[in-house]
Amino acid sequence: MTITRRQLLILLPAAAVAWESVLAGTPETSPNYTMTDHWWSMLIDIPKCIGCGNCVRACQAENDVPDGFFRTWVERYHVDDWHLANPQVISPDGGKEGFPVAKEDEGKYFFVPKLCNQCADSPCTQVCPVGATFIAPDGVVLVDQKYCLGCAYCVQACPYGCRYVHPQKKVADKCTLCYHRITKGLTTACCEACPTGARQLADLKNPNDPIHAFLKTHSVQVLKPQMATGAKVFYNALDGSVR
Amino acid sequence: MPGVEGFMYPNEVSLYWSVLIVLYPFITGLVAGAFILASLARIFRVEAVKPTYRLALLTALAFLMVAPLPLQLHLGHPERSYEMYLTPHRSSAMAMFGFVYLWYLMAVLVVEIWLDFRADIVALSQSTTGWRRWLYKAMTLGSDNVSPRALAIDERVGWLVTLIGVPSAFLLHGYVGFIFGSIKANPWWSSPLMPVVFIFSAMVSGIAAVMLLYMATTRLRRKPIDMRCVDTIAMYLFYIFIIDFSLEMLDLIHRIYEADESFRSLDFMVHTRLYFSQIVLQILVGTLTPLVLLFLAQVMKLHEVVRKRIYAVAGSLALVGIFAMRWNVVIGGQLFSKSFLGYTTYKMALATREGLLVAIALTILPLFILAVLVRILPPWPEAEHASIPEAV
Repeated sequence: MTITRRQLLILLPAAAVAWESVLAGTPETSPNYTMTDHWWSMLIDIPKCIGCGNCVRACQAENDVPDGFFRTWVERYHVDDWHLANPQVISPDGGKEGFPVAKEDEGKYFFVPKLCNQCADSPCTQVCPVGATFIAPDGVVLVDQKYCLGCAYCVQACPYGCRYVHPQKKVADKCTLCYHRITKGLTTACCEACPTGARQLADLKNPNDPIHAFLKTHSVQVLKPQMATGAKVFYNALDGSVR
Repeated sequence: MPGVEGFMYPNEVSLYWSVLIVLYPFITGLVAGAFILASLARIFRVEAVKPTYRLALLTALAFLMVAPLPLQLHLGHPERSYEMYLTPHRSSAMAMFGFVYLWYLMAVLVVEIWLDFRADIVALSQSTTGWRRWLYKAMTLGSDNVSPRALAIDERVGWLVTLIGVPSAFLLHGYVGFIFGSIKANPWWSSPLMPVVFIFSAMVSGIAAVMLLYMATTRLRRKPIDMRCVDTIAMYLFYIFIIDFSLEMLDLIHRIYEADESFRSLDFMVHTRLYFSQIVLQILVGTLTPLVLLFLAQVMKLHEVVRKRIYAVAGSLALVGIFAMRWNVVIGGQLFSKSFLGYTTYKMALATREGLLVAIALTILPLFILAVLVRILPPWPEAEHASIPEAV
């Protein structure tokens, strides 16, 4: 078979596109998953959190999170009557190994697990110069790490400090709600590891999800509501001092 | 944790935007300011500043050529930066950088410089020999018509390009201010005044830089400094500096009076970690001192030598002040936690990709480029159209 120069010029770009697709590999298949059937969120029940750090460890193991960076972490608040607006907060190594014993003194102590709020109107996706970070039709904010420039503009734009630049991959990284698990019908690593059920994955589009009954009967709040980000991580019994 | 005071969200401990991102607005500011000084001569017919017109254009070009480098070096994946041109995300301020940059470089600055120097390029292509002749021949782009009519057309088109260039310069730097000012998550940045402050501070730095370059190059060439020219530039520098300082103070007073939830945190930061760079360098050394000096030069009858020294000192301090302002915006905006409960420290590396040595090299590089540009296209007043018939 002979190929003319004209045919070659037509074939070359097509071959380049095909090679690109080969290099990209085969996407993970989730045959029974339809993105538009879901709208993922998470419920954090603050009174149930005991600050054990299981969720942080599970997340790091599941998602190969580098040391010193966190897709999820736990903060311990200490609020006394005189410093309602200025709590003392600690999160040693993201709460991965738990917390030092609290002193028996005035005020209250409680734990606040944090993770990406999967905002519906997320500032991080707004500012990404190439659209490498985006909201999937099921409400999860994801980063296409093969496309991200590593400019860190999204890190600056996140009001919750949930993003970081991966020190080895040099791209933005964050909680994906364990996308590789939830699209296969599993729950997230942190929810699975939580011994008290303080974290629960929720699908707002599923009418049978227990989140609906919970939201009807409890006072829930999102973090920094004044930011108007459409955050989808709901906190039960969130204290006003939490930032 | 070392360098951390109070509570930071764990991912906030190390800074993501380094000294290179400080350089980026500093350099683009010099470009915009230098161009606006050039436009004073061209559009606003301020004849006194004419001797700096061509030097200002070449200065703008030299700095504009370096402007994207700090960004490229900062990116985790610089090899993907072309994606901003291919698939720009329309809601992102940063995505527009490539387009604003290209527009300014190719549609404004290069065109204006070419039109302005065209007659000189044609003359040099005829009077030089060897590789220089070929260089100038190429730069004529095949147009060697320097008839009075052709030069008149150049003049008219050049005027139009400058007219487009002034809002473009505002766009270039106002947009850089918008990158910071539009981040609602960061109260240190989030302000509608930010683009305006950036534009005026850009004018201050650009005008000061061209004034210093003009004085230095004239001295190096052993020519007399045109005092009417530098006096006029210093006057514009003084007035624009006052507007810039007033805007910054307006922002500050507004923050202090409003005292919103972030105020205590930011106030503490200014009094501690930013004290030297903000209070001392930016406000006292880099703004009030040059303002007082320029004011004295305006109201007192000072000897020429004294005025020259005042302008040299005031111009240099203004550049220090504007650099400190960029530092305080970029670095200051990352030193406090978005929880408003703690502070971190910026540790500048020395010889890494985003370290001090690279920053120094990038600051000096435009001066080398400018040295080459003035060799190829002499911008000196006495060389202007010297070898061609009088333009109409």
